[in-house]
Amino acid sequence: MDLHFGDSKPTDEERAAIDALLGPPESSWEGAARDEMRAADLRWARGGRAARDRRDLLLPGLHAINDRVGWISEGALDYLCRRLTVPPAEAYGVATFYAMFSVKPRPATVLHVCTDLACAAAGASALCEGVEARLGLGSGVHVERSPCLGLCERAPAALAIKAGDPVRTAVSAPATVHEAVLAASSPDSAPEEPPAAMAVPQAGDPGLTLLRRVGVVDPASLDDYRSHGGYAALRRAFDLGPAGVIREVTDSGLVGRGGAAFPTGRKWQATASQPDHPHYLVCNADESEPGTFKDRVILEGDPYALVESMTIAAYATGAHRGYLYLRGEYPRALRRMEHAIAQARARGFLGEDILGQGYAFDIEIRRGAGAYICGEETALFNSIEGYRGEPRSKPPFPVEKGLFGKPTVENNVETLVNVLPILTMGAEAYAAIGTEKSTGPKLFCVSGSVERPGIYELPFGATLGELLDLAGVRPGLRAVLLGGAAGGFVRADERDIPLTFEGTREAGTTLGSGVVMAFDDTVPLPRLLLRIAEFFRDESCGQCVPCRVGTVRQEEALNRIAERTGAAAADDIALLREVGRAMRDASICGLGQTAWNAVESAIDRLGAYE
Amino acid sequence: MTVTELGIPRRLLEFTLDGEAVRAPEGATILDACRASGKDIPTLCEGDTLRPKNACRVCVVEVEGSRTLVPACSRKVEPGMEVRTDTERSRHSRKIVLELLASSVDLSTTPQVAEWIKEYEAKPDRFGPDAARLNEEPRVDNDLYVRDYDKCILCYKCVDACGDQWQNTFAISVAGRGFDARIAVEQDAPLTDSACVYCGNCIEVCPTGALSFKSEFDMRAAGTWDEPAQTETTTICAYCGVGCNLTLHVQDNEIVKVTSPHDNPVTHGNLCIKGRFGYQHVQNRD
Repeated sequence: MDLHFGDSKPTDEERAAIDALLGPPESSWEGAARDEMRAADLRWARGGRAARDRRDLLLPGLHAINDRVGWISEGALDYLCRRLTVPPAEAYGVATFYAMFSVKPRPATVLHVCTDLACAAAGASALCEGVEARLGLGSGVHVERSPCLGLCERAPAALAIKAGDPVRTAVSAPATVHEAVLAASSPDSAPEEPPAAMAVPQAGDPGLTLLRRVGVVDPASLDDYRSHGGYAALRRAFDLGPAGVIREVTDSGLVGRGGAAFPTGRKWQATASQPDHPHYLVCNADESEPGTFKDRVILEGDPYALVESMTIAAYATGAHRGYLYLRGEYPRALRRMEHAIAQARARGFLGEDILGQGYAFDIEIRRGAGAYICGEETALFNSIEGYRGEPRSKPPFPVEKGLFGKPTVENNVETLVNVLPILTMGAEAYAAIGTEKSTGPKLFCVSGSVERPGIYELPFGATLGELLDLAGVRPGLRAVLLGGAAGGFVRADERDIPLTFEGTREAGTTLGSGVVMAFDDTVPLPRLLLRIAEFFRDESCGQCVPCRVGTVRQEEALNRIAERTGAAAADDIALLREVGRAMRDASICGLGQTAWNAVESAIDRLGAYE
Repeated sequence: MTVTELGIPRRLLEFTLDGEAVRAPEGATILDACRASGKDIPTLCEGDTLRPKNACRVCVVEVEGSRTLVPACSRKVEPGMEVRTDTERSRHSRKIVLELLASSVDLSTTPQVAEWIKEYEAKPDRFGPDAARLNEEPRVDNDLYVRDYDKCILCYKCVDACGDQWQNTFAISVAGRGFDARIAVEQDAPLTDSACVYCGNCIEVCPTGALSFKSEFDMRAAGTWDEPAQTETTTICAYCGVGCNLTLHVQDNEIVKVTSPHDNPVTHGNLCIKGRFGYQHVQNRD
């Protein structure tokens, strides 16, 4: 590797931010000043494999700079590259991949104003205009129109991030122009966010399984967690042994809750049986599907549950290291999880010898930086490894070659926390919940035109109508979006659709990640479809042609027909169908393959543009 | 002495290709098997000296049991696989991909693409006159080669050739995301401020002519580039003792471009700055 650096130097602040993460440089090879060098320093350089093995610190390093200064200068990037022996061109490619980073100067404070579906329906465009009018040039705040911030139950939402030491954040939701401006100008004095339980209308209901501790336990207290049944499942896991845990999970019929519905037991078995080592566990908490906020509520309201279930999953699959990939827009979830992991480590629930069982496991948190695509499992691996978050082609599958090329089991937050009731109540009792093919409880993210938006826990098999009634659907319902931007619309009269994987499939739609977004007739449908198309255009990684260009052509066509109907729109709808079909058939990953789903369903089911 | 590499013996796998039983060595891709049986599938991002990135998706084919189409260039043959290369479904995707590319990228110097557009009846202009294009200007920032990113299809081949697959210089990467993604050096600076060593191995693998010798770029601009009139002579580079093969492309008794045979066991198509660009002394007649 032939590293070439320009003349730009980091500022003292940038250097300090990077050194705080990586420690002081050991030699001038790593960027120490020459007068700090000892003579021996001239005789070695820390290169080769030892240096390349630290490539995965690139993303944390970019975060360190961005958190301290608010943007990533050439000097800072060069210094980070020196420290990690990463070619500057590659680091530049990585830094420009993520929406939360900027390689151009910008003010220290960035206010992300969500303009995605739920927020758009709740007046995000007026909020944006108001905020932009108040926070113009010279205000010290850069206003960024953002995709879904995962705060749909409190739409419209805004997130302020003020770089410094330490970085400060403030959430304003539901936001008014005044409150959003206040959050951006002084995050420290912004009012405290309401507790996570506020997003759970059923909180405290004794019938809950997955959400039973949210709002009941103190999310900061390990003791409180334990006194509410915490760590009973891990003890049972140690009694059962790894193979026994996998058997229970397989028998329970648990399938992945992130959207793909792959049988969890089979995934674990496939990873556990790989001869190559080490094995890794990755928890996908990069919850970015518009309308999805269930993982956030668990992370904020019951963080130890995730620590425990990750420990169980790792134990079952023979992993000793777990990564929690958390989306960058969840500052409170990050704080809660950092605290929970530190507490668990201090008390012997993570570390070299968990519960005296001789089993070692630890969890490292990695923050995303604003890229929906990183929720795709192989893109997520690339992101952790310090590369651009572009999906890899499969096969090989992650169970065989995943993170760092090693066997990896990758599960969504909700999937993992389901393992706790499976072990405490037994596979049979768990499988008795729900339907035959969709077992267990399911979390639904209900937002939009309802009285009580939030996360609802229902056994699989409840109908769409039951869920909407529970959330208090408002009159004038026009359509419901199931599964988020990658999902599909159904009509207001399709209340009988059973909310199961097989039921939604039979009805020609999808459950996806559990998004149920209600829209009344005040929201123009073409405007929503255009927002979905913009979302996919913005979030396409750009690797394959059908998605990179197809999402652009889709948006252009929807723009042309935004005000048209009938014959005037027919040509463009035909074009959309052709492009959509190629995106679905020929894209590398699920992003491109699903980018046309919602638009297609709106045309076919709702009769948009008729 | 000529050494012929035999390699380790490979098992032959049986599978079905367009209804016919065929055999291909273990590890072969669907594309390898197709070419071995005389079928060609269009592809842009596949290169004979590189691991395929399968980013262009022109080579997609149908495999029985697969939910989506699969890229022939990188999917390995499995025993019992049923592959169909010319179904309506795969032809549709190829046609759309060609339309998407041709409507956003300047493909005027991409070999074969005009034939494919005709064959698949692709109509790139149906996205309308306002369809977004790359709209890049050629970057002429050094005397050796030109980067004309208006012709770039983001096949990643130059990045791979510059990086760990050949040159290990890592001077370029993909920067940005989605439709705005571009090949760039750090900070999108001129090449002269980058780690580039001007080996030109990226030009060797570029499938569209986005990367070209400055001599070729200038002659094309002047309208004097005449490929049929050029001769190609393969010789051995005289600069050092490695013995790289050079192929000199000569027009009107002037060297206009230097390549290296991709099957040459010394170079695999790669050269250094001297072999690739240091030919002026040959034609110094004073």
